[in-house]
Amino acid sequence: MIEVVQLNKTFGKQQVLFDVSAQFYPGKVNLIIGQSGQGKTVLAKCMVGLHEADNGSILFDHRDFTRMDKRERRDIRQEIGMLFQGSALFDSMTVEENIMFPLKMFSTLTKKEIKERANFCLERVNLSGRNALYPSECSGGMQKRVGIARAIAMNPKYLFCDEPNSGLDPKTAIVIDNLIRDITYEYGITTIVITHDMNSVMEIGDSVIFIHQGKKWWEGDRHSIITANNPEVEGFVFASEFMKEIRTTLKERNT
Amino acid sequence: MLGWVLRKPRKFSVFWRMLMQQIFQIGINSIPIVALMSAFIGAVISLQTASNMDSPLLPDYTVGYITQSSIILEFSPTIISLILAGKVGSNIASEIGTMRITEQIDALEIMGVNSLNYIVFPKIIAAILYFPILVIISMFLGMLGGFAALVISGLQSPETYVLGLRSWFEVSNVNYALTKTVAFGFIIVSISSFYGYYVKGGSLDVGKASTKSVVVSSVVILITNFIITKLMLL
Repeated sequence: MIEVVQLNKTFGKQQVLFDVSAQFYPGKVNLIIGQSGQGKTVLAKCMVGLHEADNGSILFDHRDFTRMDKRERRDIRQEIGMLFQGSALFDSMTVEENIMFPLKMFSTLTKKEIKERANFCLERVNLSGRNALYPSECSGGMQKRVGIARAIAMNPKYLFCDEPNSGLDPKTAIVIDNLIRDITYEYGITTIVITHDMNSVMEIGDSVIFIHQGKKWWEGDRHSIITANNPEVEGFVFASEFMKEIRTTLKERNT
Repeated sequence: MLGWVLRKPRKFSVFWRMLMQQIFQIGINSIPIVALMSAFIGAVISLQTASNMDSPLLPDYTVGYITQSSIILEFSPTIISLILAGKVGSNIASEIGTMRITEQIDALEIMGVNSLNYIVFPKIIAAILYFPILVIISMFLGMLGGFAALVISGLQSPETYVLGLRSWFEVSNVNYALTKTVAFGFIIVSISSFYGYYVKGGSLDVGKASTKSVVVSSVVILITNFIITKLMLL
């Protein structure tokens, strides 16, 4: 489990996060949602140490990340997998080399075992046989899947996904969402997904926190978000005409 | 920054692979431009020296001697390093800068990899190892260029030119040149890596960082050249 306790973050004079506290549970897909520029990515980057929080605590299974030195953080990061918004694949390496990279760096596996693990991860994301491709030769959806394969290569306890389906068509986005959910359930990972895509929320949101103006505005799950009695959450959820029509239909049914 | 760069690599096999890649990228890929520049500038130095040797009191082999001295002391170590600051430095800054803006460096950090050590250390070692080799190639080709220019144009006999090259040849001059080159290699890679690593923004900023790295490296090379010359030759 990951716990965030009263986290604050300021860039210069601008405070981006205000006393954010939240819990993210193992074996569940925990979503951080909100409009662009509200502090979702900053929160996630603080949690993995890419940004330094001003104060507050981040506890990875009761281990306080904010009080660790650089070496201790490096050790804990080996338990973290991360899928970046732009996939962040190493463009000088093939798909297979990308997946093998963390294994080569940190595992004590033999070359053969590393290759087998890479093939297993590729198979897990339905990319068998694409080992020799370079990231530039992969589509956006494939790059995301390679990113997931690389993130799970080390059997992480915690998986962070920053807008995993941005730039993808709705069908591919659902494939990625389902993959993240399946992997989370299968390995009991504490998965945190940052998104502003309502389809993702409805598809995989076991636990959802809504960030607004740098504060945790609302907390619940994919079922309760539809009926959330909160103007900002409602404005976010029913922003599109499609969702508005669903709301009207639901209301009509209820009456 | 250097404190994190100059650390023992976590996995030697990974470091070795990166080092070989960098030797190819920084060193072997630079051979054509170094060879071309050296041969032609060596030729021009010898022709200019020959055309300015009007005094009958100066022996003919002075042309070879001046060509040798100019190439060993200044042209090969300093001018070639300035050229490499443009070629290699801009390449390094833009490569690392692109890694930064595409979150590849963040990905390394998240994995628990010391990104500075992983990316920059092999480049520094490759430059320190291979820049002296490039400079030795440059010295040889520069003098060969001078030889070709003088002999083809009929200004001097091969024997006279070679006699000039061998006159007052001092190994300490080569040592001085190679010492400078090692320092310049370190300067080019560390400054370019710094500008690439700490780039913020988008592709436009990567371009700016690349340009800045070349300018700053060149200025620092010129200042270091002066300091090393003062320390070693005077």
